[in-house]
Order: sequence, then C-alpha cells, then structure tokens
Amino acid sequence: MRHTISVLVENKFGVLARISGLFSGRGFNIESLSVAPTLDLTTSRMTIITRGDDAIIEQVIKQLNKLIDVIKVIDFSEEDFIERGIVLVKVNAEPSNRAEILRMTEIFRGKVVDVSAKTYTIEVTGAEAKVSAFVEMIKPLGIIEIARSGKIAMSRGKKTLG
Amino acid sequence: MEYTGAEIFVKSLLKQGADLIFGYPGGVVLPIYDELFKTPKLRHILVRHEQGAVHMADGFARASGKPGVALVTSGPGATNTVTGIATAYMDSIPIVVFTGQVPTALIGNDAFQEADIIGITRPCVKHSYLVRDVKDLASTIAEAFYIATTGRPGPVVVDLPKDVLLAKTKFEYPETVELRSYRPNTSANKRQIEKLAAALEEAKRPVLYVGGGMILTNAAAELKKLAHTIQAPVTMTLMGLGSFPSLDDLSLGMLGMHGTYRANMAVTHTDLIVALGARFDDRVTGKLDEFAPNAKVAHVDVDPTAISKNVPTHIPVVGDLKDAMKKLNAVIAESKVDWKAKHKPWLEQIDEWKHANKLEYVKKTNVIKPQFVVEEIDRVTGGDAIFTTEVGQNQMWAAQYLTLKRPRTFLTSGGLGTMGYGFPAAIGAQAAFPDKVVIDIAGDGSIQMNIQELGTAVQQRLPVIVAILNNGFLGMVRQWQQLFHGNRYAYTCMESQPDFVKLAEAYGALGIRATKPEEVGPALEQAIAARRPTIIDFVVDREENVYPMVPAGSPLNKMLLA
Repeated sequence: MRHTISVLVENKFGVLARISGLFSGRGFNIESLSVAPTLDLTTSRMTIITRGDDAIIEQVIKQLNKLIDVIKVIDFSEEDFIERGIVLVKVNAEPSNRAEILRMTEIFRGKVVDVSAKTYTIEVTGAEAKVSAFVEMIKPLGIIEIARSGKIAMSRGKKTLG
Repeated sequence: MEYTGAEIFVKSLLKQGADLIFGYPGGVVLPIYDELFKTPKLRHILVRHEQGAVHMADGFARASGKPGVALVTSGPGATNTVTGIATAYMDSIPIVVFTGQVPTALIGNDAFQEADIIGITRPCVKHSYLVRDVKDLASTIAEAFYIATTGRPGPVVVDLPKDVLLAKTKFEYPETVELRSYRPNTSANKRQIEKLAAALEEAKRPVLYVGGGMILTNAAAELKKLAHTIQAPVTMTLMGLGSFPSLDDLSLGMLGMHGTYRANMAVTHTDLIVALGARFDDRVTGKLDEFAPNAKVAHVDVDPTAISKNVPTHIPVVGDLKDAMKKLNAVIAESKVDWKAKHKPWLEQIDEWKHANKLEYVKKTNVIKPQFVVEEIDRVTGGDAIFTTEVGQNQMWAAQYLTLKRPRTFLTSGGLGTMGYGFPAAIGAQAAFPDKVVIDIAGDGSIQMNIQELGTAVQQRLPVIVAILNNGFLGMVRQWQQLFHGNRYAYTCMESQPDFVKLAEAYGALGIRATKPEEVGPALEQAIAARRPTIIDFVVDREENVYPMVPAGSPLNKMLLA
C-alpha cells in the first residue's frame, strides 16, 4: 500500500543522506521525496512516499524515529490529509494543437508559465492522481521535457506535525 | 581564557571521566597528540593497526561497562576503523571513535589522507558528527558520549578537522545533554509488564530467551531473581552468555545454530517465549516460520525497531531492560501462583532432553580435542577470568564448553562475526582489569587477522593469553564444506603457518606449544603464572566439527548431533 509520511528533522549537515541511506540500506522503497526548511530554520520537513505492507511500514516509521536527528514522524495514510505535487511540462506547440493544450491546461487548472515560438511550458499542481492524469492527457500532444516534484503533505483541520 | 580545539578535546574527555584512549597518531591529529603528551592522566595505548584500536575500545567497554574511546588520524587511519565500528554497531557496544579530518577548507578536494569517514560509516554508526566549528566541539563530545551510552548503546564517530583542533574558544562542558530529537524511552510501561506477568501465570511451558541486552543493562541479578521465582528455564544467545550462570539447574545454555539440544527443543515446544534484550537473529531462530511454532511471543527491548522485526510479537514492552525486570519482579512477587508445581512437568521434560543429548565429544589420548582445551581453560581458571573469542569453531566451542558464571566475562563478536576481534578485545579488557586473567580463545586463521597487536600487549605489559586452537584450517568454513559442499575444501587450508611460538618470542611475548592432551593443563598453568603476554599453540585434531548444528534454513529441532 502507498503511504505518505512526513518527517520533521533537525536541519543539520547530512540528514538527507541518513534518511535516504536508511531506505536504501534496509531495502525500503522511496517513490518520492521532498525536503525544505520549516518556519523554524533549525528544522526541515521531509515528505516521503513509500510502499509496503503493514509490517514494512511499521519498520519504516520505527527506523525513521530511531535516527538521532529525526524529531517527529507522521504517517498520513490513516487520516484525511492534503497532498500536493507540481509538474512542469514543456510541449510542442504547433498551430494545430495549441488550442487543445490550452484546453487541457484549463481543465486541470494549470498555467502556461513560458511560451516560445514552438513550445509552451505548463505548470500543474495537485495530488498524485491529478498530476498523473494531466501528464497522460498531454502526452499524445508531444511532451519535450518533464520535471515533477516530490510530494508534500499536511493534515486537514487543526492537527500539525510539529 | 581561550583554549585550542586540541586542549578542549583533552579537557572534555577528562570531564567525561574517560581516562584511557586506544589510538594511533598521524598528521591531522598531531595537535591532540601534543596535548596528550602534556596530560599523563589521560592514558594512551598505542596500537599497531587502527582496527585494533576500535576492537580494544570495544573490549574495554564490554568488560567494564564504561564507554570505550579510540582516536585515529584521517584517511587510512579512519577507514581502518570501519570493521571495528561495524562490530560494535551490530552488538550495541558504547564506543566513541574520534577520527582526524583534513582542514575544513580542503574537505571534498581529495586532499592528502582525506576520506569521507562520516559517509563511509553512516550505515554502521548510531550517530556521527563532523565538527566544523571549535565552538561546537565540547558540546559535540558530550552528545557523542550521551548518545553512545543511552537507549540502545552503539558507536558514535566524531570527525575532527585539523583547523578545528587549532582554533581557539572558551571551554564550557555541558553538565547535562538534552536533545529534542533523541529521548530514548527507558521506562517500561506498567500495563505491558502486567500483561507479560499474566501471560507467565497462564503459560505451561515458558522459556526466558535472553540476549546481550541483559548484560548491557547490568540486569543479571534481576534475571536470576525472576527465573528462580517463577521456576522458568533460561536460554541465552551468544551475546547473552554470562548473564545467567550456565551451571544453574534452570540454564538451558545457548540456543540456535550451535545451541544445546535441550535449548532448541525447549524453544520449539514452548508456549510462551519471553525475549529479554534479544533480537531473534537468524542464527538463533533457524527457519523463521518454524521457530517456536506454538508460542506466544513477549519481547522486552529498549529499541522499538527490534520488536516485531523478525517475529510477530503479542506482548511488546519497550523500555530499559533493567527497569522492566524490576517492575516485572515486583508484579510477580504479588502473584499467588505455585510456580514450582505449575512448571514441574515442563522442567521434567527439559531434564529428559538434557540427558538425552548432552554436549559431548569423543575424547582421545593421542591427540588434543579442541573442546578439551576449552574444558581445561574452564577448569584451570575456575571460570574466574575474562574470555574473548575470535569467530568460527573456536567461538562456538568456547560458547558451548565454558561454564560462565558472571556477565561481562565472555566478549565475542556476535552480530558481525568479526575474525580478528578477540585478541584486541582481550587487550582492551585487560587494560580495564589489569589484575584479571584474560584469555582469547582463538583459531589459527582468526589470530592472524590482528596478530600485530602482540606488539601492543608487550609494550603495555598486558598479560593477555591467546589460546590458539590450531587445526590448520579455517575450521568452520571447512566444516560447512564437509557437510554441505561434498568435502571440497576450497581454500580453507592454510598450508603455510607461522611458528606461533617463535612468533610470540619475536614480539617479546611468551610462546608455548602443546601437542598432547596431558600438556594442555600445564601449558595453561604456565601461561597464567607468567603474567606476561602469551601465545599457546594448541595443536588440535584437524577435522573436528562443532555439534549440535542446525543447518542454515532448517528449523531448530532438526539438529545434526554428530
């Protein structure tokens, strides 16, 4: 099963290496990872998407907690949460398909963020399913380049990570 | 007043109560060595190879219960420590390894003797630090010792760039360490303890399965009290040996691949296995699906990751083992169960197993059996000694035939299985207890992996005894080749051996050889009386095997008995 895990860590030298090394060393899978400082610059927030059965996810969470620089770990998968990722897609913009590209962008509430004579670059944000659906729809129109971010996540309502 | 980083290093160690360093100097750590020169109360033992320094710090820690300290230079000095660090990591041993590093401005430039030791050791440390500012040095050292010794202990690496050792700042050593991201849960939950006690009250065939955690937390007295009160049999892992007297009627000895018949049968038939500071290692469980198939599992461990990692656990208890044992004993004291009557049939069954297949070997008069050497070591020392082992047959015979009475008297590389561990570990233990008899039970293969430390033992006048069970083979590998690879002894025979007696003499140590059974006891007595580093070359039966043996991947009750 797919799990979205947020990890609050000390914003210290080598923390990312400790976490990614934990996943590779113990054979856990990382589907996506994102990391950036929080409001308190001494901490960073990581969001990790991983897959595994209950026993594996239990180990992932325990092993993350065991790292000295990890302050808190939350597995969102058992609660209502918001997940967002971003994709930038550069597509061939021929006179024949420009209207279709713009229509798709509008349907997915994306934005054209760069235009050249032959290309459009589109930005779409959303949960994994939405971003993937957009990419699938735009693919037949001719993707030249794609850049997808890792996911970030947050609980709905009052609950916070740290 | 301001001090250099090197001065702060020395002051911090003294504040920490560390008065012994195992080390090897080099370019970038020269500022520290200059301070050590001026600080005789901080004793330094010069090793011959950095791996030896870390194993010595480890042996010191296992024998004394205090954290061990190693100090090495950058680059090759640092990379040579890796096996020692991994050994300590696998066995949860508190050590702090200080490595020199090239100046911060050169880090990442492939400078002379530069190695990314933080990166290299990341998977085998509890934690590590690269100190980039002298202002952080004292607090980092305090944190390193705190992390190494609390919770589940383990090795911590502190990397010290040369410019940090030369820079100056004020010296303030923190009195206490508080880390928001590291608060090991040491207090065992009362309700879980009550559940465990209730399970013990219900069980008909309980087994206490004890690991290294019992020794790390100094809880042997609590274990004895529990076992005797509830009249439950105790089996120990390799790492747990010494935590319960092996001659106690309730002792089953070691379990697992080379465990006793009765221990493996008891674990196979138990209805409640209580893991106390043990981690269900594959060498212990055999085939996992058939391990303790009828048992409820209770598991007490300070490390939550150890619980339910290999075996699903019905009653998890997270906490310091000593705390948990005290609480459990308190709850048990209130119990109205007649334990003796309840466990009588179970203990009778165990007694039957005990007599059905004892640990034994065929004694001979013309050739020394390796098991006989271990029995003689046990007899001559009366068990009043610290034993270390190398890895392989020597280790298993030592585990089987020594009658250990006390914790911290059997030091062995259990998790990593490091050949070359025993001799430097013995030196470390001897440094902690100069007056005790310390014996490394070795093989002729293993001893050659760190034989250079003979120079250290002689220089420091540490009277460690090395008892080589010399069969001219890498014996355990040869045994597997015999049993599972059609007798094809591929590269397990060391056809060229040094003359170990002459080798000892070349180093200025005492060398003794024994080739007949009647020479074994006198050789040991001579070595113990000599009070100087000694190698005894016991020429033993070449193709003796370790039995019982559970072949890898088999269930524990499918033992080869001979």
